[in-house]
Amino acid sequence: MKNIVILGAGTAGTMMLNKLSKVLDSKEWMLTIVDQEETHYYQPGFLFIPFGTYGKKDVVKPKKAFLPKGAEFIIEHIDRIVAEDNEVLLESGKVLPYDYLIVATGTEIRPDEIEGMQGDEWHKSIFDFYTLEGAMALAEKLKDWEGGKLVLNIAEMPIKCPVAPLEFIFLADDFFRKKGIRDKVDLTLVTPLDAAFTKPVAAAELGGFLKKKNINVVTEFNIGRVEAEEGKIVSWDEREVDYDLLVAIPTNMGIKAIERSELGDELNFIPTDKHTLQSEERENIFVIGDATNLPASKAGSVAHFESEILFENLMSVIKGEPMTASFDGHANCFIESGNGKGLLIDFNYDVEPLLGKYPLPGVGPFSLLKETRMNHMGKLAFRWIYWNILIKGKEMPIDSHMKMLGKRVPESVEL
Amino acid sequence: METKQLTEAIEFDKDGHLANLEDWSEGIAQELAYLEEVGELNDRHWVVINFLRKEFEEKGDTPTIRKLTKQSGVSTKELYQLFPKGPAKKAAKVAGLPKPKGCI
Repeated sequence: MKNIVILGAGTAGTMMLNKLSKVLDSKEWMLTIVDQEETHYYQPGFLFIPFGTYGKKDVVKPKKAFLPKGAEFIIEHIDRIVAEDNEVLLESGKVLPYDYLIVATGTEIRPDEIEGMQGDEWHKSIFDFYTLEGAMALAEKLKDWEGGKLVLNIAEMPIKCPVAPLEFIFLADDFFRKKGIRDKVDLTLVTPLDAAFTKPVAAAELGGFLKKKNINVVTEFNIGRVEAEEGKIVSWDEREVDYDLLVAIPTNMGIKAIERSELGDELNFIPTDKHTLQSEERENIFVIGDATNLPASKAGSVAHFESEILFENLMSVIKGEPMTASFDGHANCFIESGNGKGLLIDFNYDVEPLLGKYPLPGVGPFSLLKETRMNHMGKLAFRWIYWNILIKGKEMPIDSHMKMLGKRVPESVEL
Repeated sequence: METKQLTEAIEFDKDGHLANLEDWSEGIAQELAYLEEVGELNDRHWVVINFLRKEFEEKGDTPTIRKLTKQSGVSTKELYQLFPKGPAKKAAKVAGLPKPKGCI
């Protein structure tokens, strides 16, 4: 009997397990998946919770419902991976030996990495929306908030779903406008990057977007500390931004078990071959989703495209054949822009988000880098696709590699 | 001045970073440092610059401030003293590397 162990039963781990269990003979292969939680979260839905569009029931389901029957599901914290012994140690002391290991342990927010963030004001005047708890607390706060300075701060890159901060601020603009208090709310995006849109085509197409919506932007701000009593964030070079309500995107890091395993980089992300998805350390360890150090976005779509590549490559390795599938960094993200509209971006390691139609060239129905109602509908419909097709590991009618057909660079932009 | 001639012959991208990485030299770095108001480069500046270049060569990506301060032996505070107002971008520029970018 051979063992494949998957660490993490989130989007990436669940997809991988479902794909593998369909083809591997259960008489030869034991499949085990480990996660610290029983609940599967639909994380793209967290964005809608602060504004009351979604509630808790819209984003949670039991993990068990999405895992194949033949596999063993262990709900426990991971202590560490002992790569030289091909073993995973769990906190209870249980040892899981493996022939192949797939690490899909994701990323988590670390407000404790920023001085002064997680004190008495945490979830009172300082909120996150990357956890269900944080998003729910923020929804409570926004319900009867009468206005003031709302500051959205990105602590440092990389973060999970890099477009989420923009979406949040667009939806906040919409939310306060509909509430009739937009004139009482000052919205400011504070980012470590040098602009809200850093890629030439997106900057040319969407550069005026924030101004149009009356959203302030503070750039090249690397947060050093929060002075929660005073209601201000201070950068390392002593610039200050005042807030009444701080929506924080804290440092994102891989889980501590990766650090204990000595397999991670300075943010506990695992050095991974950007094309094969094999870990750089060991041939029998593969890494998928947010847990990797790849220069791709940390997003569900990326995990999905990676799952097809990883599946093919793992099958090759099992058969003793050379790996032939190669990940291109493909990402595909809807961006809510408020007022029932949305944008869509499609890009990879080498090609930045461009204009065009998606997925059918010239047809759509979705428009790339353009604000349309159809894009918003796509984002809402995606929740059904996520639960019913995506994490079950079923075929999606979208190529895992990015396609140039149907894409164009606007004439005004020189790349 | 000799250094002036160095940067005159070189192509920059629209953000003011070197368009071609292979154009970089230590002389160019010093010239870029003057342009960025970083001033005369000392040993500590060079620790940062060499770290950035080594990382870029190995990973194909400009490292984050966190990686830099964790692994180069230069603290965040010192980094801001060495490259005031935006060390991530300024140090990358002096090291001849592209600016750090988001996905969109």
